[in-house]
Amino acid sequence: MKSFVPVALVIVALAVLPLFVQSNVVLNFLVVTLMLALAGQGWNILGGYGGQYSFGHAIFFGTGAYVTAILQVKYGVNAWLAFGCGMVAGAVVGTVVGWLAFRAGLRGSYFALVTLAFAEVLRIVASVAPITGAGVGTLVNLDMRFSAMQFQSRAVFYWLILSLVAAALIITWLIERSRFGAWLIAVRENEDAARALGVNALTVKLGAMVISGVVTAAAGCFYVQYFLFVDSHIAYGTWISVEALLTPIIGGAGTIFGPLVGALVVRALGEGALLITGHAPGLDLVVFGMVLIAVVWFSPSGIIGLRKTLLGKFRRPAAEVRRG
Amino acid sequence: MAEPLLDLRGVSRRFGGLLAVGGVSMNVREGSITALIGPNGAGKTTLFSLISGFLRPSEGEIYYDGRDVTGEPSHKLARRGIGRTFQIVQPFAGLTVRENIRVGAYLRHPRRDDAMAAAEKVAREVGLEPVLDAPADTLTVAGRKRLELAKALATEPKLLLLDEVLAGLNPSEIRDIIPVIRGLQRRGITVLMIEHVMQAVMSLAEQVFVLAEGRLIAEGTPEAVAADRAVIEAYLGHGAAVRLATVSS
Ligand SMILES: Nc1ncnc2c1ncn2[C@@H]1O[C@H](COP(=O)(O)OP(=O)(O)O)[C@@H](O)[C@H]1O
Ligand SMILES: [Mg+2]
Repeated sequence: MKSFVPVALVIVALAVLPLFVQSNVVLNFLVVTLMLALAGQGWNILGGYGGQYSFGHAIFFGTGAYVTAILQVKYGVNAWLAFGCGMVAGAVVGTVVGWLAFRAGLRGSYFALVTLAFAEVLRIVASVAPITGAGVGTLVNLDMRFSAMQFQSRAVFYWLILSLVAAALIITWLIERSRFGAWLIAVRENEDAARALGVNALTVKLGAMVISGVVTAAAGCFYVQYFLFVDSHIAYGTWISVEALLTPIIGGAGTIFGPLVGALVVRALGEGALLITGHAPGLDLVVFGMVLIAVVWFSPSGIIGLRKTLLGKFRRPAAEVRRG
Repeated sequence: MAEPLLDLRGVSRRFGGLLAVGGVSMNVREGSITALIGPNGAGKTTLFSLISGFLRPSEGEIYYDGRDVTGEPSHKLARRGIGRTFQIVQPFAGLTVRENIRVGAYLRHPRRDDAMAAAEKVAREVGLEPVLDAPADTLTVAGRKRLELAKALATEPKLLLLDEVLAGLNPSEIRDIIPVIRGLQRRGITVLMIEHVMQAVMSLAEQVFVLAEGRLIAEGTPEAVAADRAVIEAYLGHGAAVRLATVSS
């Protein structure tokens, strides 16, 4: 995307929404949707732009969540500071896992499996380690003050998560326009060709993993501030790894708005399915699966790519290369 | 004589039991167009991969621009000025021609606008300007070859390794691209090219190296090499030189 205007318009439109919507149910829906979009925005930078499909983005979400919770509860650290530490922890985990996986030259499904394995290991460790509260989890004390990053009004939570989503949108926009972004996409398209053109594939992928980790960790930090609770299933469970990759893939992987669009669609469908089926367990997952299949079937580049896919049907082949 | 830009000293590469490149010593003069020829499977592409850092030599050293660069990774060598094309073209299939070339241009031009301008200049030079906005995967074979060349050129190399850029082109397309390669030399780029099209080798190269079964079997001017008995035998089989001599006498 060349112009910043669409990004600015979307941010402004979302920012004024609470002025028109007062319903707590709707606001809650939007807050959770934006939180999932944020997790997906993190995934999108590494998976969508870099082509490194992680099946274990829970490692970032969970680490952000636990660090935020534990620093506040066990060490009395200020909530805002704890939130920042959670994001830094995401960068650290990204560096470590990225270094191990990319140094070993893992690509494609091997990379996906290794991230999944890391998430599972962390989940198991978190479910027994005393510092995480083990099986019981960690509760953050209710303390409705700005300094504790807890708010009476849902709208304030909404603006908080929206600013994070907005920051991620801007970061993604900047990446798209930068040399780093061009190199990241080049690595996705053809790693050998990129290396021949002077691209250090390892550092480019590591950089993407670190940014990706920070963004998805922020979603985990926010989760703790919003729900004031975390346990090993919430933090490192497969649910969030799936959400983080589903939202950009459905919305359009490797596009700025993909995760946002995907999160809205997935959540709207999920809620709709729950209403219709009267909360029959697992049925929303069936809907997820069906939407995913439909999207991949009709438009491998997601909902945002749908327009291009349709236009592409009428695209004429490129003109012959000019002679000499 | 000035120091060569590229200097291979006893370079070998094994794949398991197979000696793909065996003890090759050769050098490429700065500013020259040098050809590397040889039958299929001779080890030419492997030699390119060794020079450009995609493979490590099993033995021997590679000197480039006066320094030992043996074992350096490909991205570092690209930064030092070694550009390469791939025999099997490697476009960034999902991107446009402009975006493809710009990836290379970013190496020397970190700012987006500069990289864009540099990419467009390269596109003009190789005749891709009319298709700048076409997706790379819609190009014809000739277009893909030009794109392969353009990407490497965009990194502003000092030494350019061209791996069969003429293969698969028809005679008129070959005639079109030969002046482009000559133009590179005029710009001061040293060209080392693997080529099967002898017409191109004869008209472009000043020095030819012949590889067969991983070993260097001849070197010299195009005329000298074309008349070399060992070269004829490598291409046509053992005893061919004698038979040819008998036929023509
Ligand atoms: N990565 C590889 N692994 C194993 N064998 C290889 C590899 N690359 C090339 N070879 C073998 O090395 C020999 C030389 O191949 P190559 O350099 O492609 O020849 P040329 O380019 O001269 O046709 C061939 O026998 C080929 O099968
Ligand atoms: Mg070859």
